[in-house]
Amino acid sequence: MEQLNTQVNLAGVILKNPVMTASGTFGSGEEYSEFVDLSRLGAVVTKGVANIPWPGNATPRIAETQGGMLNAIGLQNPGMEVFCKRDIPFLKKFDTKIIVNVCGKTTEDYLEVVERLSDEPVDLLEINISCPNVKEGGIAFGQDPKAVEAITKAIKAKAKQPVIMKLSPNVTDITTMAKAAEAGGADVLSLINTITGMKIDVNRRDFAIANRTGGLSGPAIKPIAVRMVYQVANAVKLPIIGMGGIATPEDAMEFILAGATAVSVGTANFYNPYATVEIVEGIEKYMKQYKETDINNLIGYVK
Amino acid sequence: MSKWKETGTVISQEMLADGVYSMWIQTDKIGKEALQGQFVSIYTKDSGKLLPRPISLCEIDREQGRIRLVYRVVGAGTKEFSSYQAGDTVEVMGPLGNHFPLKGKKAFLIGGGIGIPPMLELAKQLEKETDCVKQMILGYRDVLFLNKEFESYGDVYVATEDGSVGTKGNVLDAIKENGLEADVIFACGPTPMLRAIKEYAITNNIECYVSLEEKMACGIGACLACVCKSKEVDHHTNVNNKRICKDGPVFLATEVEL
Repeated sequence: MEQLNTQVNLAGVILKNPVMTASGTFGSGEEYSEFVDLSRLGAVVTKGVANIPWPGNATPRIAETQGGMLNAIGLQNPGMEVFCKRDIPFLKKFDTKIIVNVCGKTTEDYLEVVERLSDEPVDLLEINISCPNVKEGGIAFGQDPKAVEAITKAIKAKAKQPVIMKLSPNVTDITTMAKAAEAGGADVLSLINTITGMKIDVNRRDFAIANRTGGLSGPAIKPIAVRMVYQVANAVKLPIIGMGGIATPEDAMEFILAGATAVSVGTANFYNPYATVEIVEGIEKYMKQYKETDINNLIGYVK
Repeated sequence: MSKWKETGTVISQEMLADGVYSMWIQTDKIGKEALQGQFVSIYTKDSGKLLPRPISLCEIDREQGRIRLVYRVVGAGTKEFSSYQAGDTVEVMGPLGNHFPLKGKKAFLIGGGIGIPPMLELAKQLEKETDCVKQMILGYRDVLFLNKEFESYGDVYVATEDGSVGTKGNVLDAIKENGLEADVIFACGPTPMLRAIKEYAITNNIECYVSLEEKMACGIGACLACVCKSKEVDHHTNVNNKRICKDGPVFLATEVEL
C-alpha cells in the first residue's frame, strides 16, 4: 500500500494532519500534554490572547445541556506578555504548528496583539470576531459584513503570519460574513464559534450561568456546523477549518467531506482527553479502509 | 503527578442515609497515586450528558488501587451513579487537584454536609503520618452519615440544624459549645460555612485550609470554568482568579475570596 498523505496546507503552512484543537478548550496545551502527545497534532490553537490580562466572567461559567454545554468564560486570559514568555516556549517543545487565537475589545487591541506576535515563532493567527460572551469586541465585529471586512483588512495590513478569521454562527447568513472576510484579505476561515443559548435552573429559579447567556458547543451543534462549513466552502475560495461538536473520526470526516481542509476538536476534550489523537488515528484508519491515499482528495468531496 | 482517564469497576455500593451513597471503585492507576483532598471526575453512561461530575475522595486504598466516593444524589448524573452495582464499570479521571497538607499539632477537621467525606481520608493520613490530635466537627442538616467512621481517629463533635443530635446550630456553634481549640483547620462544605470558618480562623490566628467546589468542564485546568477569586494576582492566570480544579480544590483560606 502506498504511503498515506495526511498533510494539509493552510495558506502555505503545512500541517502533518488536519486535526487541531479548538480555541478555549485546550488552554495552551500544557494541561492536555499529560494525556496526549501534542506532536501528534496538526496544530494547537491556543485560548484567546488579549493585549492585557482579562479576568473573565463571574461563575458559574458553564452549564451542561443535552448533548452539549453552554459556556461563558468571558475570554479570561493572562495577556500577551505572559503568553509570549511562557506559553509559546512551551509549545515550541513539540513538533506541531502553533496557532494563536487573538481577541480584543477594539481594533487597536487586536492590532497590538498581532504586532506583538509578529516576531514570535507563531505559524498562524486566528482572529476571534465571534465570541458571544463578552460585551465589547468579540461578536460585535463578527455580525456586520462591513465590520468583518474592515477589521480583516486592518489586521492583514499588520500581520506577519497568515490570518484566519473565526466566524460566528449567530448571523442570518454566514456566507455573507465569509465573503466579507475574503474581501478583507483573510487567508483562512474557521467556523463555527459557539451558538448563543440560555439555560434556566428551575430549582434556583435563576439563569444557570452568571452571564445569563452562553455559547452552546458539543455534539448537539454538529449538524449546524457541517451545514455552515458546506455553505461557506461553496461560497468562497479560502481554506476552511471546520469545528462544532467533533468528537470522533467520523465527525471529522463529515467536516472534511463537506469542505473543511482542517478540523478542530473542542468540547470533546472535556469528556475524552485523548479525543484529538484518537481522531488523528481514526482518520488514517478511514483512509486505509477506503483505500484513499491522500486526504486532500476528500476535502469537499460531497458536492 | 500524572492523571489518567480509565474504566474502573464498582466494588460495592450502599446507601448511608437518604440520598447519600458510598461507592468503592477499583481503579488501575488512580487509586495508587491519589492523596487526601484530591477528587476524581466521574462520567455518566448517557452520551447526552457530556460533562464529568467532580467528586471528592472519601477514602483511598493505595495498596489495592481503590477509591471510595461518598456522594449525594442531586441530579440525573449522580442518580445514575447510585444505580451502579458491584461489577459495573465506571469512567473515572484522576487523581485531580492538589491535596490537604499533613500538618499541625491540634487540628479541626470540619465538614459540612456532603463536604464531610474528604475529611475521612485526611483523618486517616494525619493519624498515620503525624502526631496531630484530631478533632472532627461535622455539621448536618438533620440525618447523620459517616460520623461513626471518624471515631477511631479522635473526638467527633456533631452539629445539626434542628438540634436532633449534638449542638443545635452550625459547626462553629459546636466549637464554642465544647470550648475547643486548634492550631490548624481543614474544612470542606458550603461556601457560607467556609466564609464563617475563615473569619473565625483569622480572628483566632489559626492556619486554615478550605476545599472549594464549582461547576467544572475539563477538570484539569485548561478551560477556566471553575475559578475562584484570589486575593493576589495568580501566578498562572495573571489575574485575580485561581483554578479550583488545578490550583485547588484546597486553598489557604487567606489566599481566596469566599
